[in-house]
Amino acid sequence: MSENLAIRCRGLVKRYEEVVAVDGLDLEVLRGECFGLLGPNGAGKTSTLEVLEGLIAPTAGEVEVLGRSWGRHERELRERLGITLQETRLPEKLTVLEIVELFRSFYERGRAVEEIIALVALEEKRRVWYEKLSGGQKQRLAVACALVGDPQLLFLDEPTTGLDPQSRRQLWDVVLGLKAEGRTVLLTTHYMDEAERLCDRVAIVDRGRVIALGTPRELIARVAGHAVVEFAVDGALLDEAALGALPGARGLRRTPGGFALTVDRVHVAVPALLAHLEASRAPLERLSTHSATLEDVFVTLTGRRLRE
Amino acid sequence: MSLVELTLTRLRLFFREPSAVFWTFIFPILLTIALGVAFRNRPPEPVAAAVEEGQGSAALALALAEDPRIEARVLGPREARAALRAGRVALVVSAGPPLRYAFDPTRPESRLARALVDDAVQRAAGRVDPVSAVEAKVVEPGARYIDFLVPGLLGLNIMSSGMWGVAFVIVETRQKKLLKRLLATPMRRGEFLLSFVFLRMLFLVLELPVLLGFARLAFGVSVQGSLALLVLVAFLGALAFAGIGLLVAARATNTQTASGLINLVMMPMFLLSGVFFSATHFPAVMQPAIRALPLTALIDALRAVMNEGAGAAAVARPALLLAVVSLASFALALRAFRWS
Repeated sequence: MSENLAIRCRGLVKRYEEVVAVDGLDLEVLRGECFGLLGPNGAGKTSTLEVLEGLIAPTAGEVEVLGRSWGRHERELRERLGITLQETRLPEKLTVLEIVELFRSFYERGRAVEEIIALVALEEKRRVWYEKLSGGQKQRLAVACALVGDPQLLFLDEPTTGLDPQSRRQLWDVVLGLKAEGRTVLLTTHYMDEAERLCDRVAIVDRGRVIALGTPRELIARVAGHAVVEFAVDGALLDEAALGALPGARGLRRTPGGFALTVDRVHVAVPALLAHLEASRAPLERLSTHSATLEDVFVTLTGRRLRE
Repeated sequence: MSLVELTLTRLRLFFREPSAVFWTFIFPILLTIALGVAFRNRPPEPVAAAVEEGQGSAALALALAEDPRIEARVLGPREARAALRAGRVALVVSAGPPLRYAFDPTRPESRLARALVDDAVQRAAGRVDPVSAVEAKVVEPGARYIDFLVPGLLGLNIMSSGMWGVAFVIVETRQKKLLKRLLATPMRRGEFLLSFVFLRMLFLVLELPVLLGFARLAFGVSVQGSLALLVLVAFLGALAFAGIGLLVAARATNTQTASGLINLVMMPMFLLSGVFFSATHFPAVMQPAIRALPLTALIDALRAVMNEGAGAAAVARPALLLAVVSLASFALALRAFRWS
């Protein structure tokens, strides 16, 4: 295994009785990068993460974490990893300080408790019981518990799900800080803006497999083009193949209220589209454009939206 | 040191949960007060007897009135029967002749009333006792109901705080996925389980003085035997119930299941092990099974040390049973434990 890989897994399969959660997934995460696993609920992100974290055993496949395997080096790995789970309820009647101290006691080496609390901006809540914290504060405390062992590799499972925009931004700042310190971060999310903001590379996961991999920019440019033109016409039948082949366009897909045309060059494609509709006697009902996002990548690849 | 932190955490969580503090410390004291007051020793009360109205009833009533141990009243035949049925009197006497006693021989107070009334009637008629006797009134220490009750409550408390404090809390930790989160750290599994056992031992140090101290101050209940032996027996009991608690918690994934299991395990012992009355009241065929229950062993040993001043040899059998239960339950629980 190459020295600069933090995680490598090959042909990962996780089956639960009838359900196949992970179906032959390959993944390589470089040391020092922030890597995002993207996908809708039930895509197999959490199962993948829990196998990588050594919490559940894979049905098949090879897993190496920091060049070690779970079977032989569990204790060593536990000392070097930091983990947040999707849902953990910490003890309601312990204070922030007590919880961080408890987690700190599990690690041989680690960072000072006060330093960690400051890092996640919970100094003012040190003496406050867990049950009195807001959702964002609870999530930051969960990250603090993942950081006390001074981990080289961090797993964050949907760190901002259900948080308000301000709390999300605060948590993003924490993750960006960790990245700046050179730690490897593997996170899952179904928020595309979060992935675009935080991740160096992302893998889009659907039905237990990686269906696209790259930097957010690359993926968008490669799959979704630079922009998306959404429009609707009044009734008339359109020649969909011809529309997809317009100058500057990549392809056309139907959306619930009309069509979406992925385009590389908006200034070329839009006049061509208008001319085509004029010629087809299809009166335009609405038209809008936006820059392509990872959401568009996902929809283009799967024909489904991420949060359905 | 994570074992210290884990134990400290358990301790904090316990004392921040008012209901846990109530059931462990306050409830046993309230129960002791309630039962101690209800069953306090009273001076012997006179037995109630009815004299059936008729020929000679007035003279008979007069003779009975002489005896302070008897409270007799004259009632019509119908009323006398009703009073006997309702338990307002223990005996109905008809002057006869012949003199007639009507009573239910299965009621101890009726048999007592028959003996006392007959004694009074015969003496009034001039009977002279052929053998003379004197009475010496004694009160044996440790023979009152409250003396019997306190070791029973102590055993009950050790059982229930062990079961709830270990089993329920572990299952709750599992249900909240906190157990899973802890396993994602380098925490040692053995230390996690050991923290519960440590907590039980720490608690014993608090539970014992609270209950024993209260029983002594309020009711004068004292420990006849060695205090060290009593602590050792209580310690073994706490260990056995911590082990059973661990076993109950080994597989359950939610607290409803855990509560059901805890009650299932505790209820038979609560009824059969002689907390409130002696287990010897149950039929002989049930005795071997009752003797094998850990709570019976614990309470028997506690009573022997507290009330009879028994030494180590006398409690060796129940102590051994508790030790075996501890070891077996720990071993089984560790094998069956559902970590994830």
